[in-house]
Amino acid sequence: MNDNINLGVDLGAGLRLKNPVLTASGTFGFGTEFADLIDLNRLGGFIVKGTTLEPRQGNDAPRMVETPMGMINAVGLQNKGVDNFVEKIYPSLTGYDSEVIVNVSGASVADYVAVAERLAPLDKINAIEVNISCPNVKAGGMAFGTTTAGATEVTAAVRRAWPRHLMVKLSPNVTDITEIALAAEGAGADSVSLINTLLAMAIDVERRRPCLSTITGGLSGPAVRPVAVRMVWQVANKVSIPVVGLGGITCAEDALQFIMAGATAVQIGTANFIDPAVTVKTVDGILDYCRRHGISDINTLRGII
Amino acid sequence: MSKHLLDLRIASSRILPGGCSIIELELPDRSSLPPVHPGQFAEIKIDNSPNTMLRRPISVCDITDNGRRLVLLVKPVGDGSRHLVDSPVGSVVNVLMPLGNGFTMPEAPCRTLLVGGGVGSAPIVMLAHALTAAGCDVTVALGGRTSADLEGIKDLYGTARVVFSTDDGSAGHHGLVTTLPEFAEDYDRIYCCGPTPMMRAVAKIARQRDICCEVSLENMMACGLGACLCCVEKTIKGNTCVCTDGPVFNIDMLTWQ
Repeated sequence: MNDNINLGVDLGAGLRLKNPVLTASGTFGFGTEFADLIDLNRLGGFIVKGTTLEPRQGNDAPRMVETPMGMINAVGLQNKGVDNFVEKIYPSLTGYDSEVIVNVSGASVADYVAVAERLAPLDKINAIEVNISCPNVKAGGMAFGTTTAGATEVTAAVRRAWPRHLMVKLSPNVTDITEIALAAEGAGADSVSLINTLLAMAIDVERRRPCLSTITGGLSGPAVRPVAVRMVWQVANKVSIPVVGLGGITCAEDALQFIMAGATAVQIGTANFIDPAVTVKTVDGILDYCRRHGISDINTLRGII
Repeated sequence: MSKHLLDLRIASSRILPGGCSIIELELPDRSSLPPVHPGQFAEIKIDNSPNTMLRRPISVCDITDNGRRLVLLVKPVGDGSRHLVDSPVGSVVNVLMPLGNGFTMPEAPCRTLLVGGGVGSAPIVMLAHALTAAGCDVTVALGGRTSADLEGIKDLYGTARVVFSTDDGSAGHHGLVTTLPEFAEDYDRIYCCGPTPMMRAVAKIARQRDICCEVSLENMMACGLGACLCCVEKTIKGNTCVCTDGPVFNIDMLTWQ
């Protein structure tokens, strides 16, 4: 079936994926929401919803508006907190043959560290993704990801608390994303993932009101993809650690753009809302591409641009 | 109920005088659709519509032809719904279904009032049939702006008693649906789907008279699976996904005053 094509990738520090396709945090719930529709074991892994120390109610509705080839969301990290994840969610995720990565957010450095400490004993969790780039929370989030000092501080602190693979998710809402990536690398990140959503806004002119309760939100979907490919290419040319690319991926061709730009793995986000089976179709599509082009190892396509 | 991704063929599509369309879909081999509970919904993928990226959540209006046909009532309000309404018979559309929780069926036959407004009249069609089959006494109260809004809709409820009102008095009672004399009768349960002001007015009446009442909400939605957390409604348990914990809510769960 696989024609001996290798899709396996190594993100370092113990995080090896059977294929380069991950799901993006906040777009795939805890994976189980999709279990009726796809075989979760076919994914390289899934990154579960952003987890914070305390439960968070998120922002008021309306939280979402559709825009041309994209959507703006302002969910605001609604989640039931890390203790709920450890006690209620984690036991249901240990049976999968795909990596489960937990996305971690906080309002302070101490929050990030506390969440990482609670997750550290969970031996099925080989990696966490530290979100220093959420545009939808007032305190923390993106504030840490828009300065090199902030990125360094959070990454270094979590690095001391978290013993396995540490991925840091970067914000595109900066002048030079490579500086933030280098800061994360310097502070001990094992990989960087990019991009989180682009800060955006839409107005309902009939009602003369902003479309979102928070006025601004984060733009995702195919609309952001060219920006994301460019940033992945820039970052991959600067850092020595693996890069995980995301932003508007809807199919294998999109995913391969990121890989050719330098990404070791990719995450699929908004497209899960349009086609819940997009991830497995993307894995199949990458295999098909390799077959058509006589590629025996996906790793040979990485960073060829 | 397990969720399915299905490619369904449009078997028929007709425009009603009020502007809504009744679209019937079936599997290409005309086999049975997965079981659907009244009040559940489907997420329809809209292809070849440049301004439509997300699926469109649409209430299941009815399942007919011994479980083989999915009937939808669609109001063309934006590019996505307009594209669906304009799709010719024979087109294939991808449907994610069944989603959401649906209405609670009473444990024993009882007196029920079903209230529908505009395109919200859709989910109470299947509910009316189910309640009738369960031996309930079913009164359907429909509200529209004009008589045209109700044409082709008021005939969908089988043997249930159907009463209606229009804003302009062109058919039925003149005024809001909640001013229909049938609202003064006794009911064990009220079910409602329609514009939010209508549902709030119905909920208020139900609360005043201590009648068990469920409403079906229509918040802006993306995934339909409880993953994106975009469609939340503020409930007594905090922000709650309409797509998975709803779309049907008992009014006691809501923070409506």
